[in-house]
Amino acid sequence: MAFISSGYNPDKPMEDRITDIGPRKYDEFYPPVIAKNKGTWLYHEYLQPGVFVHVAESGDEVYTVRCGGARLMSVTHIREICEIADKHCGGYLRFTTRNNIEFMVDGKDKVQPLIDDLESRKFDAGSFKFPIGGTGAGISNIVHTQGWLHCHTPATDASGPVKAVMDVLFDEFKNHRMPAHVRVSLACCLNMCGAVHCSDIAILGYHRKPPLLDHEYLDKMCEIPLAIASCPTAAIKPSKVELPDGKKVNSVAINNDRCMFCGNCYTMCPSLPLADTEGDGIVLMAGGKVSNRVSAPKFSKVVVAFIPNEAPRWPTTCDVIQKMVEVYAGEARKYERLGEWAERIGWERFFEKCELEFTHHLIDDFRDPAYYTWRQTSQFKF
Amino acid sequence: MKHEIPMLDQLESGPWPSFVSDLKQEAERRAKNPDNIEYQIPVDVVEDILGVLELSFKHGRTHWKHGGIVGVFGYGGGVIGRYCDQPEMFPGVAHFHTMRIAQPGGKFYTTEHLRRITDLWDFRGSGITNMHGSTGDIIFLGTTTKQLEEIFYELTHNIGQDLGGSGSNLRTPADCIGQARCEYACYDTQDLCYDLTMEYQDELHRPAFPYKFKFKFDGCPNGCVASIARADMSFIGTWKDDIKIDQEAVQAYIGGEFVPNAGAHSGRDWGAFDIQKEVIDLCPTECMWMDGKELKIDNRECTRCMHCINVMPRALRIGDERGLSIFAGAKAPILDGAQLGSLIVPFIKAEAPYTEIKENVIEPIWDWWMEEGKNRERLGELMKRQGLQKLLEMANFEPDPRMVQEPRTNPYIFWKEEEVEGGWERDINEFRKHHQR
Repeated sequence: MAFISSGYNPDKPMEDRITDIGPRKYDEFYPPVIAKNKGTWLYHEYLQPGVFVHVAESGDEVYTVRCGGARLMSVTHIREICEIADKHCGGYLRFTTRNNIEFMVDGKDKVQPLIDDLESRKFDAGSFKFPIGGTGAGISNIVHTQGWLHCHTPATDASGPVKAVMDVLFDEFKNHRMPAHVRVSLACCLNMCGAVHCSDIAILGYHRKPPLLDHEYLDKMCEIPLAIASCPTAAIKPSKVELPDGKKVNSVAINNDRCMFCGNCYTMCPSLPLADTEGDGIVLMAGGKVSNRVSAPKFSKVVVAFIPNEAPRWPTTCDVIQKMVEVYAGEARKYERLGEWAERIGWERFFEKCELEFTHHLIDDFRDPAYYTWRQTSQFKF
Repeated sequence: MKHEIPMLDQLESGPWPSFVSDLKQEAERRAKNPDNIEYQIPVDVVEDILGVLELSFKHGRTHWKHGGIVGVFGYGGGVIGRYCDQPEMFPGVAHFHTMRIAQPGGKFYTTEHLRRITDLWDFRGSGITNMHGSTGDIIFLGTTTKQLEEIFYELTHNIGQDLGGSGSNLRTPADCIGQARCEYACYDTQDLCYDLTMEYQDELHRPAFPYKFKFKFDGCPNGCVASIARADMSFIGTWKDDIKIDQEAVQAYIGGEFVPNAGAHSGRDWGAFDIQKEVIDLCPTECMWMDGKELKIDNRECTRCMHCINVMPRALRIGDERGLSIFAGAKAPILDGAQLGSLIVPFIKAEAPYTEIKENVIEPIWDWWMEEGKNRERLGELMKRQGLQKLLEMANFEPDPRMVQEPRTNPYIFWKEEEVEGGWERDINEFRKHHQR
């Protein structure tokens, strides 16, 4: 493993330095049919789940085949994607916001060979490399975060539960039989770099134990005032602690009863870790949406306060999600999103129908918005 | 394989693409090295990723340390330091930094470009990526400190490609597919996204903000990039004039020649299409009706929710007087609860060079937030703390009933002295002449 220089000279970092050039411009990468017809598309239609056509004013058509992808992807896998795009799509492809891969062709005759090719490719252990679907009134790919694979704050894994849940929802990925599309998202802590808080079903990692206090190192590794200021409930205060060797150090004390387990202090101070095998797990939320279609965008609501991390396949999480999806699919009206359905029948019915236990944890007690979620009407259902 | 991974092995079964299978194939290829690559970081890096992940599955806890300040010279973002907390067990990932690579608009690629990125990362990094990260960047997962400048040099010199944002700066903006392949797009999301990304490269690479700031661009109110839920400033396409109706196509939907909702419900028998039930009755403003064989829309009452257009894309089209609405302050729950974007500009034209958007909207709001925002306070939190009025005042926007769902229900108005006749300085003795103590 000999070091090979790129040409960069560490002694003169500014020599030939190129900065602030941004991404490559979007139109360098448009397939010809896209470049030609941009802004003049007339309509689109799904030919089957995962396969759709857009028709332009010019009469040109672009056929897209959408495949699910694990967003965690090796260069070998990306090279295989490139090979497929070279073979069928003139060397162009795109990815979607939900980690799907889209292969586009400019003629109907090119669609079936592409589908056949994609469906024939499997990993050695048997899973599909490029399952086709993720469109229309079905369940698309799960957007997610890093989890235990690469992040320092997670309360659950990301790729693992996503694989487990998508295996369970696989038939719905490949079908159009939901009342409306169902967006599932996962964030492995409430920093939510995946912003899952407006999803039909959100899987959220959450801690349940206050931080550990690494007194010996705290003052050396953290700015104590920043750690104190980071706490949204003012549960942290400065303290002097005597270590077992008699040495006195500056540290912090935590009022555990006030801790809401958000982990913001850990973000500011590495000497306050929260991760815990029993404490950490999954919160399930439901009924959010981002589209303005029919009803306004809405937040997801907590429907299960806690499910333990059951690696490697998170069976309880999968079961609850599957049950919610089944009940929703059976009961909601055409076009009705999960949250719209829950609001129409009432959340008391939602819990009953989905066989979910309603516990005190699900009643909001966090600041002003809490009041607006309590019921101030005599209209409710028995 | 260096490590036993019995739990991860169980994620190789099932139909959904297995990331474990993919990581294994990568680990195997690196070990065999059929292309004789002079790997610049440990060959067994992928085996150690699998090993450390298996340990996390066993412990139910992460094994990555907290942060670490690494980066490339002159930039304050784009690289996230990452170290394993069990470096002796997993030396291949002891130093395992993330790089964010700015993605192209619409996430379109040529295979030529993608291969060059891939080859670079194979050679100088772990060969493991996210396509893509949540904010939109290509994520390079794991390399050593020494390789950071080398990768940056090759990216900028050979691939014409920059890093994305991280930390308290402008995060890499992201867009929907827009006009490139969607008939609903009311403006060119990719062009506006690219233009602002280039205009604000300094803000993107050199953290000067109180906290992160995200731009996202949705071409229409369907919101495919979820801008209203996650962008500090969300740009959502809209139009002011009439929905264009092709009455013949409406009849084709009614007659069953065209499938409703572009065939999105094809997997189930929902019965024959019923325009009354499926379109007119679901219109949130009740502004549609059938007049004999003609579909009528009272466009002035329409709130452009997209439902009718989504159901009958061949019959109904977005209007021609197009632009966008701007929403501010969306964020995830940390810290003070989740927020959706609040409407601050009901309508603005989106035409290059977008001067009005930059100078009249973005920059005054940034000035306010940079002046008043506390450390790690998102724009939405500042808006909550100081009020929407303050934002309007700082940006010189006229208040508009469109900006609220309803007027306030309390009379606690913070009147300004200049708004009240005679001001606040009064003579108590004059008052007492008429009002005894």
